[in-house]
Amino acid sequence: MPTLIDKIWAAHGVRDLGDGWALLHIDRTLVHDLIGSMVEQFADSGRTLADPDLVFATPDHAVSSAPGRTATTYPLGGRLHGALKEACAKLGVRFFDIGQEGQGIVHVMGPELGLVLPGTTVICCDSHTCTNGALGALAFGVGSTEMVHALATSTLRMRKPKQMRLTLDGVLGQGVTAKDVILHIIGTLGASAGVEHLVEYAGSAVRDMEVEARLTLCNLSVELGARSGIVAPDEKAIAYLRGRRYAPAGAQFEQAGAYWRSLFSDDDAVFDREEAIDVAAVAPTVTWGTSPEDAIAVNGVIPGPDASKDAAKQRSIAAALDYMGLEAGRPIAGTPIDRVFIGSCTNSRISDLRAAAAIARGRRVAPNVSAWVVPGSVAVKRAAEAEGLDQVFLDAGFEWREPGCSMCVAANGEQAGPGVRVVSTSNRNFVGRQGPGTRTHLASPAMAAAAAVAGAIIDVRSL
Amino acid sequence: MDPFTTVTGRAAPLLLANIDTDVIIRVEHLTAPDQTVLGRYAFESLRYEADGSEKAGFVLNRPDFRGAPILLAGANFGCGSSREGAVTAIQQMGIRSVIAPSFGDIFYGNCFQNGLLPIRLPENVIAELAAAPLLSVDLARQAVIAGNAVHPFEIDPRRREALLEGLDDIGLTLKQMAAIRDFQSHDRVARPWVWTPVALNGTTS
Ligand code: SF4
Repeated sequence: MPTLIDKIWAAHGVRDLGDGWALLHIDRTLVHDLIGSMVEQFADSGRTLADPDLVFATPDHAVSSAPGRTATTYPLGGRLHGALKEACAKLGVRFFDIGQEGQGIVHVMGPELGLVLPGTTVICCDSHTCTNGALGALAFGVGSTEMVHALATSTLRMRKPKQMRLTLDGVLGQGVTAKDVILHIIGTLGASAGVEHLVEYAGSAVRDMEVEARLTLCNLSVELGARSGIVAPDEKAIAYLRGRRYAPAGAQFEQAGAYWRSLFSDDDAVFDREEAIDVAAVAPTVTWGTSPEDAIAVNGVIPGPDASKDAAKQRSIAAALDYMGLEAGRPIAGTPIDRVFIGSCTNSRISDLRAAAAIARGRRVAPNVSAWVVPGSVAVKRAAEAEGLDQVFLDAGFEWREPGCSMCVAANGEQAGPGVRVVSTSNRNFVGRQGPGTRTHLASPAMAAAAAVAGAIIDVRSL
Repeated sequence: MDPFTTVTGRAAPLLLANIDTDVIIRVEHLTAPDQTVLGRYAFESLRYEADGSEKAGFVLNRPDFRGAPILLAGANFGCGSSREGAVTAIQQMGIRSVIAPSFGDIFYGNCFQNGLLPIRLPENVIAELAAAPLLSVDLARQAVIAGNAVHPFEIDPRRREALLEGLDDIGLTLKQMAAIRDFQSHDRVARPWVWTPVALNGTTS
C-alpha cells in the first residue's frame, strides 16, 4: 500500500502533531555560504546545535570561479565565507573549504561524499536540495527560519505534501539527455504542475538512467513546482554509494543495502496525481523565455501569446518575448548567442563534462563567444583533469574554472551584461538571474557546447 | 513574529504568472550586510529603469497603489528559490498579504514563518477583487471582503492559529527535545548506518 515517500515519512516521525502535521526527524542538514551570516547569528545567539555531526557546510554560491581564486577574490562572498567558516568552527560543524576535496556546489558535494543516503531526510537552505532525491532520499529546500529550527532541534514541523508519480517510459533518442527530458516535462505540464506535491519519478526510462542523470532529472523538480523529486533506490544507486567517504562501509553497508532495497512504492500504492511521458518523443530541448516552462524542441518555433488560453500567462509570454528580444513564429535554432555557461548543480558532474567535451574536442569556440566550464566540485575538477578534459576545453577555447555556482545565480558577481544572450546548463532562465537584462537559454551540456562552437543555438544532432 | 488579524486597504494587481523569487529580490541584495533595506529592491526589474528611475507603468509605482498592503498576483507566485529575503522584501514594501491562484511551495511556507499571509483564491475571484476599491483580509473569519462580497479562503488550521497568535515554532519544538532524543536512540539501533559514518565527522579531513 505505502508509497516510497510514505515509507520514508513514517520512518522519520518523531511525533504526530495532529491535523496531518508531524515532527519529522532530519538526518542531514547541508549549509552553504549564502546563509553564512545566519549561521553566524545562530552561533552568536548562544543557541545550541542539536547534532553537529549531522550538519555539513561548504562555500559555493558567493565564491569566485576565477582560476587561482581565494575566499576573498569576490569580497562580498569573502565576508560570508569568513562568517560561515568561523561559525562552523564554533559549532563543531564539518566545513569543506576552498581547495579541499569536498568543496563544491552543495548538491554536487552531498551525493559525491556519500552524505546523502537512500531513505534519509536531507534539507538545505536552497530549493535545489531536491537534486538529492535521485539517491532515494527525501530531500527538500527550506527557508532560513526553518533551517534554524532544524539546526536547533534536528527536526521540522511538516504537513505531508501530496504525491505525484511521473512515469517515464521509452528509450532516449540520440543527443537527448535527462536535462532535455525534464525541460520537456516542465514545458508540457507547466511550471506549477507540481505545486504542493512531492514527485516520484518511475518507469523504465528512469531505471535506465545512471545516477548522475537522475540527479539532473530531480534537480529541476522545483522548476516543475514540486517541493522535491525522488527515485526509488536500486542497484545503480547502491553501487554509486559503495566506497564513498561518508557512506557506511563493510557489513554495515550490506545491512543498509538490504534496507534500501525495501524502499519502493508498493504495486497498489495510490498517488494524488499520475502523469506519464514517453521519452522517445523528446528532442534536444531549449528554453526561449523566462520560465523553465518556456521549453521547446530545438527544431521548434518560438511561440506567441496565443499559445496560451490563460490571460496572465499570455501577458507573461509577451513580456518574456520582449525581455528575450525574440520574435514569435521564428525558429529558435539559428539564434546568435554571446556566452555559454557549462556548470551548476544541474549539469556540472563528470558525465556532464564528458558530454560537453565530446562536442568540444577538435572544434573551436566561435569568435565573439565566451564560453566557461565550471566543474561542480573539487572532486569533479580533479577527475576531469585526470582524464584530460580540461585540456580538451582549453584547446577548444573554453575557460576552465574553479568549482562553485558561478554564473548560475551570479551571487559571486559573475554576471553577464544587459542584453547578453547566454546558453546555460543551469536550471533557471528567470529575468535577471544571470545579471540584470541578461537573456538565458537553458540546455543540456552537449547542446551548450554545440552552441559555443556554432555561435548560435543549434541542434546538437546536426554537428 | 507579530500576530496577524485583519488588514484593510488597496490591493495592487500584479497579474502575471510565475513571478519568481529572483524577480522579487535579486540575489546580490541578500549578500549585502544590511538586510533591512530589501524593500527598496523588491521587484527591481519590473519597478525600475536601467538608470534607476521608476517605471511609471508598474503598478506599485502608481500613486493609488504605492504602499498598498495587499498584492494580487498570478499563478505560481514566488516560484523559485528558498530565499526568505523574498518574503521580507515584500513585507518591507508594506505588503501584509498576497492573494494568488497558487504559490511556490517554499515561498508559501516562508510567508507563515514571517507573518505575511498568502491566500489562494481562483483566478476569476482575483479578477473581481482587482476591480474593488478597497479590500479587507480577515484571517479570523478566513475571508477576503470586498464591499458586500465575502470570499472565503482555505488555510491550514495550524498555520492560521500560529499566525493569529504569533507562535514561535522553535520554542514549541524545543519542549519536545526529550521525545527527539528518544527517537534518535532508537534510530541509532534501527539504522546505524545513518549515524556511524558521520560520527567520524570531526576527525576526518
Ligand atoms: S548551482 Fe545554481 S541552482 Fe544550484 S545551488 Fe548553486 S545557485 Fe542554486
